[in-house]
Amino acid sequence: MIAGAAMRRRLRVRRGAGGIFVTLCFAATLAGIVALAVLLITVAADGVQRLSWEFINSYPSRRPEDAGIKVALYGTLWLMAFTGAFAVPLGIGAAVYLEEFATRNWLTRIIETNINNLAGVPSIVYGILGLAIFVRYLDLGRSLLAGSLTMALLILPIIIVASREGLRAVPPSIREGSLALGATRWQTVRFQVLPAALPSMMTGVILALSRAIGETAPLIMMGALLFISYTPDSPFDRFTVLPIQIFNWVSRPQHEFKENAAAGIIVLLIVLLSMNAVAVLLRTWFEGRRKW
Amino acid sequence: MAAVASTIAVQSRVRPKSVLSKRLRRAREAVIYLSLFSCAIVSVITTFAIVFTLIAESLSFFEEVSLVEFLTGTQWTPLFTIQHFGVLPLLGATMLISVLAMLVAVPLGLLAAIYLSEYAPSGLRAVVKPVLEVLAGIPTVVYGYFALTFLTPNVLRGLFTDIAPFNALAASIAMGIMILPLVSSLSEDAMRAVPQSLREGAYGLGANRFEVATRVVVPAALSGIVAASILAMSRAVGETMIVAIAAGNQPNLSWNPLEGMQAMTAYIVQVSLGDTPRGSVEYDTIFAVGILLFAVTLLLNIGAQWFLSRFREEYE
Repeated sequence: MIAGAAMRRRLRVRRGAGGIFVTLCFAATLAGIVALAVLLITVAADGVQRLSWEFINSYPSRRPEDAGIKVALYGTLWLMAFTGAFAVPLGIGAAVYLEEFATRNWLTRIIETNINNLAGVPSIVYGILGLAIFVRYLDLGRSLLAGSLTMALLILPIIIVASREGLRAVPPSIREGSLALGATRWQTVRFQVLPAALPSMMTGVILALSRAIGETAPLIMMGALLFISYTPDSPFDRFTVLPIQIFNWVSRPQHEFKENAAAGIIVLLIVLLSMNAVAVLLRTWFEGRRKW
Repeated sequence: MAAVASTIAVQSRVRPKSVLSKRLRRAREAVIYLSLFSCAIVSVITTFAIVFTLIAESLSFFEEVSLVEFLTGTQWTPLFTIQHFGVLPLLGATMLISVLAMLVAVPLGLLAAIYLSEYAPSGLRAVVKPVLEVLAGIPTVVYGYFALTFLTPNVLRGLFTDIAPFNALAASIAMGIMILPLVSSLSEDAMRAVPQSLREGAYGLGANRFEVATRVVVPAALSGIVAASILAMSRAVGETMIVAIAAGNQPNLSWNPLEGMQAMTAYIVQVSLGDTPRGSVEYDTIFAVGILLFAVTLLLNIGAQWFLSRFREEYE
């Protein structure tokens, strides 16, 4: 009987510890969500009164109340288009090679290890690379082209990893069926595997591009932080992008510029969150329609 | 008769074409193979280009300043008249901020991962996980803004009255929030990879959920959890905009996170923004700091991979 009482007491202690623990775990999960909420509310509260069509459609200015993000927004859109044009074919090509063509040998292993390591290189190091190779060695100057090429290298590992996952999700039976009917490897990839993997690959591509849009450091290294009063017309023009414009305003001491920064952040986050939403929708739509 | 004749006619028309197209097809396959291979090799070239650039550009710096002076000097004043090239203040700031960020991210991330993997109903998990991952997708310049205009004046000033407007603590907290989803997501993946039979075995022996989570699942997933934390540390070390905006631009060898201090990445940004003449020793410092930054993050990444392969618990 005494043993029974001791055991009941011990059971109570164990249950209590479990209860405290799950509360802690729940609180930790909540903490992340609360942090996100606080961050979004702060930015919205600081910037929303500055947000207007004029703000979006105005050129930069030394007077905070006249300044707008037109040049930066154009720069961001141009940069996204060019970065995607370079990185998407390269990344999907590399993924197709690794998943569908490569034999398991030392060279493949080197390429794979290398991609993993590249994904961990700090973005500012890509800036140093872009500065040395594209800006100076290839003499592209501080142009949109140099910036896009650097960004393309930066997001390449993300696109490769995401595309490989998409390809791996296509069951081998589809490939075997196609090969058995006499299709070549490339025909199999082109007409069977790629169409089947495309939606999930697109999800990865969109997420990678949204990473490029939010990235600031490499472009600062390459000298994109400028007072530019015209929108770029060609890939050889100088440019600025939204995060750099925001950084520029944050670093000024006047309070009015901080409001501009917050309004710029709202625009940037709207662009990014809608891209993320498209990516998530694509994924759910795809998973609903998948036939295998 | 006519049918046979037409079959022969068809065959004779088809056969040379199919021979030709077979060769064409083979050539096309080879061209495609080569172009896909070159896509894959771009990443290897990128790595070589990074290493080559960093070494080539920092050589001229190390001709002027010895490696020992660079790595052990406690004063960093390349932009002043009396120049000192000791990188320790920058390295110290980077390390202090990253470690403090880990103190925020690892406990919270680990507990959140345990909750999501072991406790949360699947419906809740399906909502919470993507929301947490949004944190990872927010541009770092936004975290910098958050640290400078919200955390420091509205939160930290109330707790520490003598905190500087630019300080390491606010940057660390913002950075901790940023890497939180990295820790929680990867740790949760590791925990969910622990086979259900292990949990059931422990339940069968009379363990409750808390004991199963802390004594079975976490130890079994430990290699993944540690690797996730090391990767998060590497992200923190390489992170630029938060420290450039919120931690200050004063090289400062100090353990006090309430002071402003300049991290390695923030220094590189400062020089890039300034009008330091290209080719001077002052300018070349960014490559020396860059190569050190690259080395530190590479070591951390390799460490994470080594940990994963060395201590992985294989089940089934």
